[in-house]
Amino acid sequence: MRTAEALRMAVEALRVNRLRSMLTMLGVIIGVLSVVILVAIGTGAKNAVEKEIAGLGSNIILVVPGQVGLGAAPTQSRLDLSDVAYVRRVVGDPSKVTVAVNSGEPVRVGRVEVFATLTGTDENMPHVFDRPLRRGRYLSETDVDTRRRVVILGSEVAAKLFGDVDPIGRQVTIAGVRFRVIGVYETVGSTFGVARDQEVHLPVTTAQRLIGLPRINGIAVGASGPDEIEPLRRRVVAALDARYPGETFSAVTQTQLLGTIGTVLGMLTGVLAAIAGISLLVGGVGVSNIMLVSVRERTKEIGLRKALGARGRDILGQFLIEAVLLTTIGGVIGILTGVGGALLIQAVSPVPASITWWSIALAFGVSAAVGVFFGVAPARRAARLDPVVALRTD
Amino acid sequence: MSRDERADGPATSATASGTAYGTPPAFEAVGLTRSYRLDGGVLVDALRGVSLRIGQGEFAAIVGPSGSGKSTLMHLLGCLDRPTSGTLRVNGVDVATLDDAGLAGLRNRTIGFVFQSFHLLARTSALDNVALPLVYRGVSRAERRERARAALEAVGLGHRLTHRPSQMSGGEQQRVAIARALVGDPRVLLADEPTGNLDTRNGEEVMGLLERLNEGGVAVVLVTHDAEVAARGRRQIHVRDGRIERDT
Ligand SMILES: Nc1ncnc2c1ncn2[C@@H]1O[C@H](COP(=O)(O)OP(=O)(O)OP(=O)(O)O)[C@@H](O)[C@H]1O
Ligand SMILES: [Mg+2]
Repeated sequence: MRTAEALRMAVEALRVNRLRSMLTMLGVIIGVLSVVILVAIGTGAKNAVEKEIAGLGSNIILVVPGQVGLGAAPTQSRLDLSDVAYVRRVVGDPSKVTVAVNSGEPVRVGRVEVFATLTGTDENMPHVFDRPLRRGRYLSETDVDTRRRVVILGSEVAAKLFGDVDPIGRQVTIAGVRFRVIGVYETVGSTFGVARDQEVHLPVTTAQRLIGLPRINGIAVGASGPDEIEPLRRRVVAALDARYPGETFSAVTQTQLLGTIGTVLGMLTGVLAAIAGISLLVGGVGVSNIMLVSVRERTKEIGLRKALGARGRDILGQFLIEAVLLTTIGGVIGILTGVGGALLIQAVSPVPASITWWSIALAFGVSAAVGVFFGVAPARRAARLDPVVALRTD
Repeated sequence: MSRDERADGPATSATASGTAYGTPPAFEAVGLTRSYRLDGGVLVDALRGVSLRIGQGEFAAIVGPSGSGKSTLMHLLGCLDRPTSGTLRVNGVDVATLDDAGLAGLRNRTIGFVFQSFHLLARTSALDNVALPLVYRGVSRAERRERARAALEAVGLGHRLTHRPSQMSGGEQQRVAIARALVGDPRVLLADEPTGNLDTRNGEEVMGLLERLNEGGVAVVLVTHDAEVAARGRRQIHVRDGRIERDT
């Protein structure tokens, strides 16, 4: 028997029991819908984080003391500016190495006070990080060497302190010390919960004096290309290990960060999809159930068809197609509503949702597979019916 | 109990061809038995060794008391069931050599069935009911419809093509069933009490139809309780207790 014919009969059978078919499909619809939505949210979150990391700049290696990893305790830094000079010599190109000293302080203009993240850095920062200026200039070598009291404001700090007024050349007060504003950064958003628009940059030397410690928190190295990252990372770590035997230094690259976070979020997406998959499975059990009922109801019809020349596999095909039709129609409805739901979530909530073609293809494929898997037992039962016995049943 | 010589009887127009080389009889059964094992393990012997030969184009009535094994025999002849022992050749083909798909093909191409309770698909038009056997022969939809219409016209139901079974009388329904049995041009038509659910007038109509078909060359084997109906068969096979008691 031709597939087209079997398809026509299956459509007819589903149409006859319209309500029952709809209810059975509902299980599959809900399953597919939740797979599509949850995968979209998981993927959206992953994309958002990856974009944040990429937003740092390209090919960056961050060198910090101690072991870096999820759950590792922060280590007291023993690095200072001489180590930065040392790493510069190791790297060869001094402009590709910059430094960070971090602290948090209120920044005040008149009566307006804003809590900001203070980052002491140097003139090489813009060579390593991607941090465009909106106005003014970056730190200069002289600013660092002479411990100038100058700051560059993150866009949010600037807006809060100065509103519409141009901050360049104006004064801010940090820990009782007056600073002159030399620049304002473009809005860049946040990375790992660090609101970079709430940062205030100042010369690293000035920052150390303000904090009262000669330490630095980390060194950032910019590689000249993606292939350069890993060799450079090894060289820097080896050099620091040689300089401080028995201590650990970590150098994380964006690739590593992306990899780690990608793995974690990928796992999360997988778990979400698996949970949603369970509901798809439950939908499949419903299909199996209804197909068994359908076979029982149509026992006589099956017997008749066999008497008229239907082979076992004609009957098998007919019921399998019916089951697959149920789940794929459910799957398509689930995909449509799932995509709609994901777009809605994207539009009305801060949760990022990103629809991927593979999740849609997968959802469709899985719903068809569910139809085959859960349709096979009822269809085989139908195919094996003895025509004489089947004709006799009422 | 073999009465093979009956095939040479005067009733059959195709007797000569039935015995000629190259054209085997429609049915040739030797020592057919069929036992059912009940749930308790008890064996019921529905047929206890039936041998018979029905030639091409013959018209035979199987008669006998209830429970004697008439339907069981019909199911075996129609390849809906397999014998417990014995051999059966349908148009010369030993059914034991066929697998289930092969049997289905045989049913589809050479045998037409008419049942006592019609067995029409309830939600399907007369036309589609009649076309059903052709579906399993891979005939195109257009051709199926054309042949189904012709078959319905042949049974006098050309005006009932789109009617559903529930919209037709019992006699009309049985004629639809006969059209369905005919549509594939079978060489034999098996009818298990085709008039059993019909009144005299409708029964008469159906019998007339079967006789006309037989005149056209189709072998007809029918089961009946009705002595008057049986009398119309040019050959009567009396079954009792799973055996052929008399074959005249
Ligand atoms: N599936 C079955 N399982 C067990 N016993 C069966 C089965 N089918 C038929 N029989 C038994 O086989 C015997 C013959 O049955 P069959 O249906 O052939 O009789 P019949 O001559 O057609 O009777 P009727 O005139 O009432 O239709 C009966 O005793 C019946 O009980
Ligand atoms: Mg019977």
